[in-house]
Amino acid sequence: MKEIVVLGSGCTKCEKTADAIRTIAEELAIPVSLSKETSAEAIMLAGVMRTPAVMVDGQLVHSGSIPHRQDIEAWLS
Amino acid sequence: MLAIFTQLADWLVYQVAGLSSVSRLGSALHFFVEDVSKIYVLLIIMIYLIALIRASLNVERVRDYLTQRHTFAGLFMGAGFGAITPFCSCSSIPVFLGFTSAGIPVGITMAFLLTSPLINEVAVILLISLLGWQLTLAYIGVGLLVGMAGGFTLHILHAERWLQPFAAKAYAAASARNVPAAAKVQSLSLHDRHQFAKDEVRDIFSRVWLWVIIGVGLGAALHGYVPENWVSDHLADGQWWTVPAAVLAGIPLYSNATGVIPVMESLIIKGLPLGTTLAFCMSTVAASFPEFILLKQVMQLRLLLIIFAMLLVSFTLVGWLINLIAPWL
Repeated sequence: MKEIVVLGSGCTKCEKTADAIRTIAEELAIPVSLSKETSAEAIMLAGVMRTPAVMVDGQLVHSGSIPHRQDIEAWLS
Repeated sequence: MLAIFTQLADWLVYQVAGLSSVSRLGSALHFFVEDVSKIYVLLIIMIYLIALIRASLNVERVRDYLTQRHTFAGLFMGAGFGAITPFCSCSSIPVFLGFTSAGIPVGITMAFLLTSPLINEVAVILLISLLGWQLTLAYIGVGLLVGMAGGFTLHILHAERWLQPFAAKAYAAASARNVPAAAKVQSLSLHDRHQFAKDEVRDIFSRVWLWVIIGVGLGAALHGYVPENWVSDHLADGQWWTVPAAVLAGIPLYSNATGVIPVMESLIIKGLPLGTTLAFCMSTVAASFPEFILLKQVMQLRLLLIIFAMLLVSFTLVGWLINLIAPWL
């Protein structure tokens, strides 16, 4: 199961990012463990400067915007 | 070129709606139609073009440029990058921490963070289209100056001692081991740039369109309904307190430039002094309370208060100075 973390301080864009990933994962019937990281310190330690950012299995794959659908599908597959 | 929007408003308001150009409603409506159509068209075209050029400049790159600069070059570049880097899509905290944990001095980081919201493409587009390029240049110059002076003051005060412990620790660790710049250079194809610019236009436009209507609506109401001499009789010449009052009035309005600049246009036409207007505008755009509360996560209250006070003082000084020299401009 893929472990996906959305990094961001809880802004609307971060919520939308998490929602988009959850929806698309459900559509494709791919089980994921989705969590959110809101602590400023953790975001700093991950080296993220633009939120929302997305980590898949510990790898930073996206930063700075709500990801496009094709990106999310690529991470899930 | 911009006359086309005046013609559009002439046609819509005087011909189609049949209002008289000397009536209050006609004059207010004309102001509204002309400004809203002009701002919408310019925003869409200009944001797209600017984003196309700027697609490969992001805060990570700026950080890499700014690490290992000397103080003065760093302050200048920090403010300069703040002016051209988009700031809206990312909040200030991760940027602040990213810079700090890379060992960039707090003064330089603050020069960047102060200038960034003050000078942004939406503000500049609006200023040029409504108030002309001379005033826009003055605004940009003053914005850079405030950012650099603020950064320099914090540098002298050794502001890093007032960071929250985890941020101070990260800063100390970075300074000690001299982190190498981890630049990830990705080359963007024309298609990537187009996609980025399209997203930017959609993102920015969806955030500001309503503010344009509110701001221009207020401006139009002022334009049509506030008597011609009221502003110049009550808020103009020689009354020194109007500048700090304008700065204070701007704080709770923390909207954004989009809502404020159309109102400024109307106030200037009515005779509000230039310095007072600029001070008001900067205070509204930069001294945003919610942003400040958020910064509490990374700075101690003392540093926050110093920065806030510094901003208010510098906007007031700028306002007074411009009012003083305005007769010779």
